[in-house]
Amino acid sequence: MRALCWAGTDGLAVRQVPDPELRNAQDMIVRMRRSATCGADLPLLAGRIPDLAVGDVLGHEFVGEVVEVGPEVRRHRVDDRVVVGASIACGACWYCRQGNYGCCDNGTPAATGSTWGESAAGCYGHPTRSGGFAGSHAEYVRVPYADVGAFTVPEAVSDDRAVFAAEAAPTGWMGAELGEVAPGDVVAVWGAGAVGQLTAGAAVLRGAARVVIVDDDDQRLRMAARHAGAEPLNYRYVDVLAELRERSGGRGPDVCVEAVGMGADRRGRFGRRGDLGERPTALREAVQACRKGGTVVVLGTWTGGTDAVPLGAMLAKGLTVRSGRQHGQRWIPTLLDRMARDELRTEHLATHRLPLERAAHGYALFRDRADGCVRVVFSP
Amino acid sequence: MARMGRLTGGVLALVVAAGVTAARALVRREGIRSGPAGTDPRPGRWQVVTVGGRPEEVLPGGRWPEPLRRLDGAVELSARPAPGGRGTELAARPLGGEPELPGIAAHLVGEEPGRFVRQVLREVKQLAETGEVLRADRSRLDRPGTAG
Repeated sequence: MRALCWAGTDGLAVRQVPDPELRNAQDMIVRMRRSATCGADLPLLAGRIPDLAVGDVLGHEFVGEVVEVGPEVRRHRVDDRVVVGASIACGACWYCRQGNYGCCDNGTPAATGSTWGESAAGCYGHPTRSGGFAGSHAEYVRVPYADVGAFTVPEAVSDDRAVFAAEAAPTGWMGAELGEVAPGDVVAVWGAGAVGQLTAGAAVLRGAARVVIVDDDDQRLRMAARHAGAEPLNYRYVDVLAELRERSGGRGPDVCVEAVGMGADRRGRFGRRGDLGERPTALREAVQACRKGGTVVVLGTWTGGTDAVPLGAMLAKGLTVRSGRQHGQRWIPTLLDRMARDELRTEHLATHRLPLERAAHGYALFRDRADGCVRVVFSP
Repeated sequence: MARMGRLTGGVLALVVAAGVTAARALVRREGIRSGPAGTDPRPGRWQVVTVGGRPEEVLPGGRWPEPLRRLDGAVELSARPAPGGRGTELAARPLGGEPELPGIAAHLVGEEPGRFVRQVLREVKQLAETGEVLRADRSRLDRPGTAG
């Protein structure tokens, strides 16, 4: 089959690779229909993750149709149209039973290592420490724990909408849920990419009185205003802290969500291999902006060690800081229902649609935010 | 051969000791090498996982489940209920003070017994909780003919 492979730092190429195969009784094979780029791919592309190997297949947000099921798969049949959660989780361990699928104990093969001393959920299109499972920018994808991770897409939901239920939408939903956004809250979100926009949208759906989104990209900010009902704030033109204080009655936002990523600069761009300095600019600002007793939520991925976080402000203001990899399986069913009811629209995030053969070009657009790119969605 | 321990202070302590052991060899191996960062230099530390299910379900009849059975004679085992209804704390460590175990057990345990025991415990946990040991994708090296 054809697949988008990493070809070394900043290199991508569509190559011929072997078809995936059932490796466990709970596996199934899905023929990809749509597969989306994600900001979490950028440090992989930049070569910042040491155990990624040349030839590894990228991609982890996808929708497709089932073509083969293992003998222990009960919920799915051949020809089902499914969206697959980006986190690979067993559904049976203590963490999964609490709904914390991103913390799954059994989401990676026993022999694989861990990033921070703990095994966690696996992820498609990521290196060995995340299980080493091939990614979704390919014609076919192996889906472990298929009954847990795959969800039938309602007929009313298009592929272009459903593909964002794999990760971006549940991550955004998690941001609002971890922040316990309640009616009347003022919420600030840093980052107007897909996850930031969907966090803002989730906060609105949960009844927030005011949602402010911070970025320097006017086109993304306009998109967030139009589709998520957020108030745009371009940090190039205004003093963000002063503006947020003014818009929240002098208190500061009740909930501040970092949806940028600390391995990135303020625009979400990553350095080259060896450039491991973290830049928690958005987190710093979120901590400084948040009201006393408020909640800061950290969603950015690929965060390493970092210094100069205003810990004193956290303590003095009595902040709650919450974080996590998304627990998609907990929210995908309800998100699909909302998509089917037209309450949650995501297809506008797919600013570019390209065939898989042009995926390398798609990633160049995505990485450079060229041509107004927010997300690129590939089809086989 | 395994033998069941006894209840101590309301906690099921299942200690399983078996035959000759490879412990001395393991301790010696572990003691002389400097492991990777984070490797505990202390030989014989217990490796522990929490497995969903009661001890009698995790070790039915006191028998060692696969793939722990492969380590019969090389490790000792302990099981007790985890607090908060979280299942069973299953612990294993290389046995000490006995002559080297020849053959397959020593080969299996290899140069990093702690890591190996952790891996086996994770497999036991996966089997108990999910019914299968999750397998990685087949690597490109295993699949001749793979392009690039």
